[in-house]
Amino acid sequence: MQGMDSLWKESKRNWGVYFFVLPALVIFLIFGLYPFIETFKISFFEWDGIARNPTFVGFYNYIDIFTKNKVWWSSVWHAVFIAVFALTIQNSVALFLAVLIYRDIRAKRFYRVVFYIPPVLSLIVVGLIWRFIYNNEYGILNHWLNMVGLENLARPWLADPKTALICIAVVQSWQGLGNAFLLFYAGLQVIPEELFEAAHVDGANAWRRFIHITVPSLIPVSTLVTILTLLGTMQTFPLVISMTNGGPGFHTEVPVTRIYKMAFESYHFGYATAEAVVLGVMLLILSLIQLRISRKMDSR
Amino acid sequence: MIIKINRKIVSNIPAHVVLIFWSIVSVFPLVWMFAASLKEQNEVFSNLSLIPQAWKFVNYLTAWNVGNFGVYFFNSLFYTAVTLGFALFLASMAAYAFARFRFIGRNIIYFMFIGSLMIPIPGAFIPLYVLLIKLGLADTRLGLILPYTNAALALAIFILKTFFENIPKEIEEAAVVDGCSKFDMYWRIFLPLAKPAMATVSIFTVLAVWNEFLLALIVINNRNLMPIQRGIMVFQGEHLTDYPLLMAGLTIATIPLLVIYFFLSKYILKGITAGAVKG
Repeated sequence: MQGMDSLWKESKRNWGVYFFVLPALVIFLIFGLYPFIETFKISFFEWDGIARNPTFVGFYNYIDIFTKNKVWWSSVWHAVFIAVFALTIQNSVALFLAVLIYRDIRAKRFYRVVFYIPPVLSLIVVGLIWRFIYNNEYGILNHWLNMVGLENLARPWLADPKTALICIAVVQSWQGLGNAFLLFYAGLQVIPEELFEAAHVDGANAWRRFIHITVPSLIPVSTLVTILTLLGTMQTFPLVISMTNGGPGFHTEVPVTRIYKMAFESYHFGYATAEAVVLGVMLLILSLIQLRISRKMDSR
Repeated sequence: MIIKINRKIVSNIPAHVVLIFWSIVSVFPLVWMFAASLKEQNEVFSNLSLIPQAWKFVNYLTAWNVGNFGVYFFNSLFYTAVTLGFALFLASMAAYAFARFRFIGRNIIYFMFIGSLMIPIPGAFIPLYVLLIKLGLADTRLGLILPYTNAALALAIFILKTFFENIPKEIEEAAVVDGCSKFDMYWRIFLPLAKPAMATVSIFTVLAVWNEFLLALIVINNRNLMPIQRGIMVFQGEHLTDYPLLMAGLTIATIPLLVIYFFLSKYILKGITAGAVKG
């Protein structure tokens, strides 16, 4: 109670402090928190975004998503595919590069700066460059394949339902790799040098040092990388818009392109927000599971 | 000694091969973009080397004027600069209060900001759009800047608060003796000290705003107000096969980012290190 009392007194004495917080808080309440809460509310209505009065439909939108909407769930699976591709291939290459560069090596700074160039670029720019590279007639990928005698592999990469999604996953990982790399690199830097020296004295070889010192020390940063990769890939949008716009057919639709199109092309604002809530909850659950797993591993 | 150094270099050769390979993979698309931006329209289909035959620098002039990229470029510059100014000012004030004072509501407000960093809200752009319509801010510059500012605030507050917390108390006490008001203290003492943290906030904010697409797509329909990412998609939709001009436009959209990045890259590592260590 005493603590509460002194906090009250301090607040009164420092009342001017609220003016420091207020401007940021107002912007946040209006443009951050209010839309967040409204997302849930609108999801219980059928609304074209224009009419004065949305129609309350209860859980209808949710029921429809879970029972009928095949396009939505296939878009979720596409994002899962991109996420798994990034979590495995992208992140292991990123870790590998970080471990390589972490050693006493020349031109460290140069590599670090270069590897982070892709994440700096806009996804629209990245998507359009790669769309050009993948182009059937004048893309450099097919050109190279022809040059080395693999012309039977050449194809309209982004127009072929068999390859379009993989092509997007490749670009997403090409772009995201630098970020994962830098996080792993930062994680490696905080491992105390003495640990390695002690292990060295004890006669542990490089591989054992990697398994017994590097890997356990990287658990917290791996959790961060995993969660950021998940959130990033599952919510990918500009890349898909600039590369395929969801096509061919629905073969590269992802959740956010569905949400966007449901709202701004089909004018079902309520349904679109319901899809958004479903996606948001799934992402939250995935992040929490990941956090729990890493806590368990960490305490072991 | 010499033998030792040589051995080190030799044993690192495989590592360098891998690292150089990935460096090439990292920059190749950009080189390809730049090369194509200087080619002639029909050259794009015939000459697939990285060296243009025509060196048509005039493509940039055409993209800038006819392709409207000049307008998009300055719009993006404006949105980025104003958002950055707002975000730095509002976030540093709030972070100062969170870091140096105890007051009722402090923890709740701070955790709301941090929570917004962690809870994914993939559909909030829909109610945001409705709100902007109601406020009469749809298709206006302010309608883009205010949501951008909001999006930048949480991370900025987090970085700056951590920084302000580590400033020793003595500095503050000396200023109190001199009769400094709270705002003076913030403005004259804390803000100048926070330059490195502000640089970290700046680079992340600039990248996020310059590259933002979804809100720009929803909020802005007037071509004279479009930021560059939105403008690129409009141009691309209308000139599907005009690759040299499109690539010139993409280069225009990329160069300012690369310039800023090369100047501030060490602050990215700093920011990421801070984030990674906090986990």
